[in-house]
Amino acid sequence: MTTAPMEHVLALALILFAMGAFCALARRNLILILLGVEVMLNACTIALVGASLKWQALGGQAFALVLMALTAAEAAVGLALFVHVRKRAGTLDSSRFDTMRG
Amino acid sequence: MSLTQFLFYPLAAVIAVSTALAVTRREPVHAVVYLVVSFFATAVLFALLGAPLVAVLQIMVPAGAVMVLFLFVIMLLGSELSKPRPASPFRWGVPAILALAVAVCGLLLLSDAPEAASPLAMAKASARELGTFVYEHYWPAVEGISVLFFVALAGACFLVKDFRPAKAGEDRP
Repeated sequence: MTTAPMEHVLALALILFAMGAFCALARRNLILILLGVEVMLNACTIALVGASLKWQALGGQAFALVLMALTAAEAAVGLALFVHVRKRAGTLDSSRFDTMRG
Repeated sequence: MSLTQFLFYPLAAVIAVSTALAVTRREPVHAVVYLVVSFFATAVLFALLGAPLVAVLQIMVPAGAVMVLFLFVIMLLGSELSKPRPASPFRWGVPAILALAVAVCGLLLLSDAPEAASPLAMAKASARELGTFVYEHYWPAVEGISVLFFVALAGACFLVKDFRPAKAGEDRP
């Protein structure tokens, strides 16, 4: 029994990562920027699980679990930050936040 | 071509198409729902690649918890009417060119691999095996993650506090 070659798994991860990077760079809404980061992390997880199968090592799957926990923590803090920002500035448009004034 | 070898391609197509739809929607709610579809397909892909525990956790954590959190925050904040902006090539063009360049370079590199693309042999890491492995070899990472979650909880609680000044005209509370 076989699955797809490692190159095809990596190609899928690469395409997803490029899409996530595009979303994080091009969108103005802060929530959609965070969504792009989530897509990039998902692409990394796919590459890790594929590598885990290729080299028959559990380390890749273990790090995929760690990456998932990181994703959850990052989303929690990021979304709380957006709620705060929206309350304070009244908008989620990233181009409005162009000063370092507290 | 066996069934398991063929299954990868429809799954990859579903993941790629739903992610492409997610990153191009205007409405955040639509984007989040398309991303949930993408994460579910990714979970099936993980099961195909021999990682059942990661597949189950993919459904529970990113597709379930994180995306529901996104939806709740979008509902909480309500929709924001975005003002139409003058079209600028920097807005979509430059990010698209950068992302495309990376994707094309990587795909060229992958297509030029020294050995022919040979299919991966199927294997399965049982949940018990992976759990034992994580707690035996990566227990500092597990501890670090628990500290990280605590810090994230404290940070989130701190951030949603109302910092607006009591008096009008004053910048700091």
